[in-house]
Amino acid sequence: MSLAVDLVMVLLILTAAVWTILARDRRDAVIAFIVLGLLLSLVWMRLLAVDVALTEAAVGGGATGLVLLRACARLLPVEADGALPGLRLQVAVGVLCAVVGACLAAVILSPPEPAPSLAPAVAAHMEDVGLKNPVTVVLLAYRALDTLLEKVVLVLGLIGVWALAPDLFWGGRPASLRAAVPSGTLTFLARVLPPIGVLIGIYLVWNGADHPGGTFQGGTVLAAMWLLVMMADLGDPPETRALRLRRLVAVGPALFIAVGLAGFGMADGFLSYPPGYAKPIIVAVEVALALSIAVILGLMVAGPAAKEPDQ
Amino acid sequence: MSLLLDLFTIVAVSGGLFFFLAGTVGLLRFPDTLTRLHALTKADNLGLGLIVLGLLPQCPDIVSALKLVAIWALVQLGGATASQLIAEFARRGGGER
Repeated sequence: MSLAVDLVMVLLILTAAVWTILARDRRDAVIAFIVLGLLLSLVWMRLLAVDVALTEAAVGGGATGLVLLRACARLLPVEADGALPGLRLQVAVGVLCAVVGACLAAVILSPPEPAPSLAPAVAAHMEDVGLKNPVTVVLLAYRALDTLLEKVVLVLGLIGVWALAPDLFWGGRPASLRAAVPSGTLTFLARVLPPIGVLIGIYLVWNGADHPGGTFQGGTVLAAMWLLVMMADLGDPPETRALRLRRLVAVGPALFIAVGLAGFGMADGFLSYPPGYAKPIIVAVEVALALSIAVILGLMVAGPAAKEPDQ
Repeated sequence: MSLLLDLFTIVAVSGGLFFFLAGTVGLLRFPDTLTRLHALTKADNLGLGLIVLGLLPQCPDIVSALKLVAIWALVQLGGATASQLIAEFARRGGGER
């Protein structure tokens, strides 16, 4: 019975993946990609990796899909773009992708016996950190450097998006997100949903210490609420030069780096926590990171500045 | 008593699945956007509603039961708004291909 469910899942995912590649229209391809992300999050649920499933649904399906849809709206349609790549280039790209896919499949299908795992080592030292969610323990204690760099990459990504703005508009507001024709329904949702959404976002961050959830999932939900308000025209995107906004973007990674440096004096080195204080420090870093992620994701969707800064 | 509750679960969840099936068939077979949306909302409202109703007796505690009901209510809100937005867009003549 469960084999049948898995097989159906695999078929659906392959269909969505092929649809993503074959779709002629960019928007169709992005919608197929969003479907693929949501199906993948179901697969992670079947593998009991709830944290990954939440992240995949929030970031892979939701936030990335929205960024791609916005990008589609700014680009010309494929036909009007003119130059479709020649047959030779198409074949070359196809062959290269197939080779990469085959190599990945070979690596995944031939793990050494027994497969290497650090899970027992993590489980043995959970108590030292004081959290009950092993995923958060790995992300913020044992592999904190990876997590830190991941957040720094997010900030760099936002700087990259901002850098697309013409000189004249630097520091100004991004283009408005509201629909061409205002919709009373959307305004209603943007008034009713944010209080609930913000609560769920905070819950996901707070819960991440001991149960599935965490900064990325919670931050994405917070960003979604902010974007909903902007789309319903209940608030404009802020000026990208606003100091308070930039502080919010930087507060998460900055606090993380400060905590890391403090580790030299108070513990064993960079990003190690003083014994007994690991949990409060991790929770504080997570809260700051979630704020930064929410603001960064919202600003990434809003895009580069498109208006002159107010005088 | 637990047999009765299990029976209730099976009946309600099966009813929910029936509405999801009917909604999917309607989505695929109905002729235009508005009727397809109508089919879709049936799956969202009644299908998910019956599944949540059926799962309530299986909840270990009252908090998980409330969470299930909250999920249903949020899906209702999201589904209804999305349908309205698509319908508004369709009535203005968008998306016809």
